[in-house]
Amino acid sequence: MAEAIATFVPDGATVAMGTALEPLVPFAAGHEMIRQGRRDLELVGPISDALFDQLIGAGCVRRVTAAWVGNVSEGLGHCYRRACEQGVPRALEVHDHSNFSVSLALWAAAWNVPSLPTRSLLGSDILRTNPNLSVGFGLVHVGAVRPDVAVIHTQRADAMGRAHVWGPLGITEEAGLAADKVIVTCEELVDSGVILSDPNRILLPETKVVAVVHEPGGAHPSPVQGHFKRDHAFYRDYAEQSRTEDGFASWLKRWVLDVPDRASYLKGIDVDALRIRHHRYSATADYGDE
Amino acid sequence: MATNSYTPQELMVAVASREIHDGDLVFVGMRLPILAYAVALETHAPNARGLFEVGLMRDRPADAFLGTMGDPPNVAGAVWATRMSNTMALMAQGKVDLGFIGGAEVDRFGNLNTSYVGDPSQPRVKLPGSGGGADIAILSRRWVTLMNHEKRRLVDRVSFITSPGHGDGSRGWRERNGLLGGGPVAIITTLCMFRFPDGGGEAYVDTVHPGHTIEEVREQTGWVVKVGVDMGETPPPTQAELAAIRKRQ
Repeated sequence: MAEAIATFVPDGATVAMGTALEPLVPFAAGHEMIRQGRRDLELVGPISDALFDQLIGAGCVRRVTAAWVGNVSEGLGHCYRRACEQGVPRALEVHDHSNFSVSLALWAAAWNVPSLPTRSLLGSDILRTNPNLSVGFGLVHVGAVRPDVAVIHTQRADAMGRAHVWGPLGITEEAGLAADKVIVTCEELVDSGVILSDPNRILLPETKVVAVVHEPGGAHPSPVQGHFKRDHAFYRDYAEQSRTEDGFASWLKRWVLDVPDRASYLKGIDVDALRIRHHRYSATADYGDE
Repeated sequence: MATNSYTPQELMVAVASREIHDGDLVFVGMRLPILAYAVALETHAPNARGLFEVGLMRDRPADAFLGTMGDPPNVAGAVWATRMSNTMALMAQGKVDLGFIGGAEVDRFGNLNTSYVGDPSQPRVKLPGSGGGADIAILSRRWVTLMNHEKRRLVDRVSFITSPGHGDGSRGWRERNGLLGGGPVAIITTLCMFRFPDGGGEAYVDTVHPGHTIEEVREQTGWVVKVGVDMGETPPPTQAELAAIRKRQ
């Protein structure tokens, strides 16, 4: 993980994360960015369940392009508030979107066009605060947003970067296609034969993927279908502790700065209580060809 | 049969569930509406489908408690797991009958603010943002918002319109501005239920919840409240509604 972040996420990079909304948030990758002291990032995502708040509080972020920044089960993002209201720890530029418009911004970049039109956002003041949105011919034109890198947590991948993901995808496909590079993190690193047995389930072309990181539990406290439930209590504790600057600083020290890697982090979590035990396997698909 | 022991949230969920018609495709959202969808399916609307922007469609409620729409029990048994833009496609085609939107502030024309309190360049409070709220407000055929009834939340005019309702309240405002759906039909609060006239305009009190008075509503609302001609009392939750709510908490 450390090598992937050091190599592909430089200061000033535009980074898409949390693209599946509540599930599969790549917290381990985000925490590594904080540990490496990354600065001036632009974060791109739909709702960002707490991870963007943490990166903002740690001073890594210059701009947020998102529909929502907070803590889904708990409400407000306290670090986000402090940055926007008081410039603490630093001032933050915000490009407001809706979920649909951030998706369109990424599809526009994926298809290499300057913008895509929609009827959504007509009548919304978001049009006043985001310079990448304009109105013409009775439609809103959503300017392309092109991430330098998308970080995507997946259930399983092979060493070539072919990843299988199941469950709802949010805006993951457009984020991966729009990004110049993709970092895949995965619960399981598997043989290529497993992945190639079901090519429809491969998320993105291997040509986009620059790094594969085997990082079990890398999405905690967010849920991973078939692997982990959402750790609601962890989100609640984060919301409480991050209410104050000091509280956030001690949270960050405990769970990020004093933790060398994800394996050490997971020692502080009751992983077994979160692990999914009742499996529901899908039927196999027949790709027979002759 | 009604019961006289329930929380304000349980009443709001029951009232919200009654806005779901049988056969509706509902853009469900988070928190209380997740419960409202489950209640509707188990009482009067067994054929309603739920659509979730994370990228899911369901024809029955999840079996377990949901902290978020993306929790594993909401995925298991889904009738469609997909990408967000596909759910938005249905809404953009006018195929979503009803949406639920949470809000920090609402005004008398049903406009919602979930973005900024105060000047956006120097906000007094930065709220989390639209999420899918603006999309639902503009594209779903009708929508409902749920909110704690407090004077600071129910304001005369919101300072920032994240999710447009009936705009400036003039008739046909949405149509003139190109908004597809019909806009808000109700504001469900902890004290009462507001409705809107057909074609847009200003919210009026349709029913006041049991145990509360119109005077209380007037006192806790940031505009001079209009009252419907047939204003009555909100029917309390039924035993069946309460049972559906309580088994999921």
